Amino acid sequence: MTGTRMTGALAAGCSLLVLTTAGCGAADMTKQASPFANAQGARTVTLSVQSWVGAQANVAVAQYLLEHELGYRVDTVQVDEVPAWDALSQGRVDAILEDWGHPEQEQRYVKDKKTIVNGGGLGVTGHIGWFVPTYFAKQHPDVTNWKNLNKYADQLRTPESGGKGQLLDGSPSYVTNDKALVKNLDLDLQVVFAGSEAAQITQMRQFAKEKKPFLTYWYSPQWLFKKVPMTEVKLPAYKEGCDADPEKVACAYPHTPLQKYLNTDFAESGGKAAAFLKKFKWTTEDQNEVSLMIADQKLTPEEAARKWAEGHESTWKAWLPS
Amino acid sequence: MATITAAAPRSGLPGFLRHPATGKLLLLAVAAAVLVPLANARWASGSWPNALTIDLTEPLGKASDWVIDNRDSHPLFLYFFGYVSNAVVLSVRAVYLVLLAAGWAGVTAAAALVAWRVAGVRLALGTGAAFLACGLLGMWIPTMQTLALMVVAVLASVVLGVLLGLAAGLSDRTYRALRPVLDTMQVFPAYAYLLPVVLVFGMGVPAAVLATVVYAAPPMARLTALGLRGADAGVMEAVESLGTTARQRLLTARIPLARKELLLGLNQTIMMALSMAVIASVIGAAGLGDRVYQALASVDVGAALAAGIPIVLLAVVLDRVTGAAGSVTSAASTGVGPGEPRSRWTGWAYAAVAAVAVAVAGRLTDRLDWPEAWLVNIAEPVNRAVDWMTDHLYSGVPYVGGTADWAGHFTTWVLDPMRDGLQWLPWWSVLLIVAALAWLIGTWRTAVTAVLAMAAIGVLGVWGPSLDTLSQVLAAVAVTLVLGFATGIAAARSERCERVLRPFLDVFQTMPQFVYLIPVVALFGVGRAPAVAAAVVYALPAVVRITTQGLRQVDPAAMESSRSMGATGWQQLRQVQLPLARPALLLALNQGVVLVLAVVIIGGLVGGGALGYDVVFGLAQGDLATGLVAGAAIVCLGLMLDRVTQPTDRRTKKGA
Repeated sequence: MTGTRMTGALAAGCSLLVLTTAGCGAADMTKQASPFANAQGARTVTLSVQSWVGAQANVAVAQYLLEHELGYRVDTVQVDEVPAWDALSQGRVDAILEDWGHPEQEQRYVKDKKTIVNGGGLGVTGHIGWFVPTYFAKQHPDVTNWKNLNKYADQLRTPESGGKGQLLDGSPSYVTNDKALVKNLDLDLQVVFAGSEAAQITQMRQFAKEKKPFLTYWYSPQWLFKKVPMTEVKLPAYKEGCDADPEKVACAYPHTPLQKYLNTDFAESGGKAAAFLKKFKWTTEDQNEVSLMIADQKLTPEEAARKWAEGHESTWKAWLPS
Repeated sequence: MATITAAAPRSGLPGFLRHPATGKLLLLAVAAAVLVPLANARWASGSWPNALTIDLTEPLGKASDWVIDNRDSHPLFLYFFGYVSNAVVLSVRAVYLVLLAAGWAGVTAAAALVAWRVAGVRLALGTGAAFLACGLLGMWIPTMQTLALMVVAVLASVVLGVLLGLAAGLSDRTYRALRPVLDTMQVFPAYAYLLPVVLVFGMGVPAAVLATVVYAAPPMARLTALGLRGADAGVMEAVESLGTTARQRLLTARIPLARKELLLGLNQTIMMALSMAVIASVIGAAGLGDRVYQALASVDVGAALAAGIPIVLLAVVLDRVTGAAGSVTSAASTGVGPGEPRSRWTGWAYAAVAAVAVAVAGRLTDRLDWPEAWLVNIAEPVNRAVDWMTDHLYSGVPYVGGTADWAGHFTTWVLDPMRDGLQWLPWWSVLLIVAALAWLIGTWRTAVTAVLAMAAIGVLGVWGPSLDTLSQVLAAVAVTLVLGFATGIAAARSERCERVLRPFLDVFQTMPQFVYLIPVVALFGVGRAPAVAAAVVYALPAVVRITTQGLRQVDPAAMESSRSMGATGWQQLRQVQLPLARPALLLALNQGVVLVLAVVIIGGLVGGGALGYDVVFGLAQGDLATGLVAGAAIVCLGLMLDRVTQPTDRRTKKGA
């Protein structure tokens, strides 16, 4: 039995070799599946997971349903947003389930190279903003307008912020205009980059535990709002195109309907998996429910997805290809 | 330059001037007196002058666009990189499929039996237990993925390393040409490789494997060359007198004589490949590193630890087994080894049969995948422990304050003044200080390299952030040395203390740095303080090890005679052991610096800012210009610090 499996593996290897060396010996860099994909004869889908928990929740549920309802094996790879587009274009991952808008990449890969196609909306609308903890906003209601922030700079000071108030920013992979905003709105603040979302969340929870005031770049949907209630600080209203010049931005962030993207080949020949991922669409509440189970109750993504799936059969039944 | 140094020790000078250090400093002072006013007149500015920088943003951005646009069509990619990439994917896949086909029982049995043949029963049991633990933690599949990646990366590194080492070992000219290249590669922080490799190969396994090979091949090359060059002259002459050809001499005498170095090279290569396999998870390497990385996204230290432990176990097992292989074969070649060659072969045959039998049994009973019922969940208790720790230590501990207060004080009282001081220094004075330090500890060549490296940072236009990073590195090194020397001295003086320490050192040395990320932030908040803490944790074990070893190796006769003269333990330590162990202590300092610098990127992930953040930013945004320039600056900093702290006799292997 070992023998048959081994020859199977060998045969698979050989056929791959033939495939890649066909076509006048040119090796195609656009077809570069992971070496761990489709092992043991299983059909595999590779999903890209971004570093925030909402993205983990999407992937966990998609993975659970693909594995249990459609019989696929799912590999997940954690990649940052921009490199994920590149990986998607090369076929190293098959789908990105939550994209916050990357116009440059869309132009390059979807419009010019046509190696990626839009997989439809995720059903969740994302919004980035500046937030203060609600306990702080209740004590000082006027802190929720950017015009009054300078008054509170002293209270927001930390050893890292060099005499100014601290505006806590997160992972370098996130979309942010904060440095320009602080400058253009003439605020007495210093942007301190936590460097990763994990570090940022940990710091925010420490602050909240002590009921210390803080000001942070944050976004919704996000599970942390359930643990640390936060109130958004009003920035000058967003108007179409007001963030076109990164140097001159002086307005809030837009509301973005989050999108799914699929590798073109996968979208065409990915069978049931591709059809399922295109139909995958849920609500902010659904996503937060799963996120909270993963991040706060420390369930494994798989358990969290199973719990959600058990309670929401009607939602996901509609995603299954007929 | 040579004539100038020759002129220094003139007769008739006062005694203190005859000291070589004074001569060097005097010469530097003269050079500075001439050059500084010139530089100041032309580019009067405290920080690096703008006129002397090159902006690489545009060319690098263009290069990156070109690669992305041509990757699918240009012949260079179709006929070269594409093949390399495919070869990597195919071989990793082949190994992975074999591992899966053997099942968990087969792999565990095979590993244990190899360990038994190479290193004896005790290590065999340990190896088996380690593999079972990987399964129990629910990490069987990721472990196999990492293992597959490792096998291919190590094989490629060994082949490349041996080829380079052979060339360098047999030809003096190649040796001279290759040495500085290998030296430089050794001070490169691993992250500097990632970005360019990702650009060409894209995210994923091929890029990860190739980055690993670049990182892990140098020790193999270096030790191969060392072994070949160190062949006993008497033996070589005897072999030559037998009328052998050059090839025969190589195969029958030189290589067997160098076996010990070759195995040490293999050991080093494996360890470095394993640490890189984790780092490479940032670029989609899958496996255990990716699990650690994903666990961090949900701020789950317990899950990160569950994936980190198998990495530690793999590292310890591989280290002990290859280490034992080295000592066993050297014993065998002197005739004390276990048994005759024939019985050794039968032993291997039995082992192979047993492994296959277990694998087949596993397959017949349909127990290929790790049984789901056999899982141990360590995440929960670990997270509870971390929560407790941060709840109780973060702030408000009576009298001593909390860790957050300490971090705040450290930032305000140590890091801020150091950073501001360094950034306040005029740029030419920084170069002078570097030159003076490097020259005092090394030769004028080291001084020139160090100054050029520092100047390159200025030219790249990242002078300010680099000095910020430098201040963090210096602070971390200072803390590491204080703790490391103290612990090392304690361990050198007490066997028991060393035995207790050893597993901790093993764990901290091999645990992927990502695992520390959350605990250091939970304890010290976001900023430069947690970055320094992470660096200290990472660099400490190597410093402790080298210090202990250095102190232990002090000539027992010297110790004995000092004791007979009635020296107390403290006097002995201060007046005999420490001076005699000076080379080891310097090496510890050097390693501390190099390792601390390797964690700079982790600093970027917890709010350390400066260069580390820029590299992370470059990787995350696919911004080659920012990332590559910051990476290059880290390399230059590393090169400079290495030269400034490098004892004159070059070390032969890279850290631990």
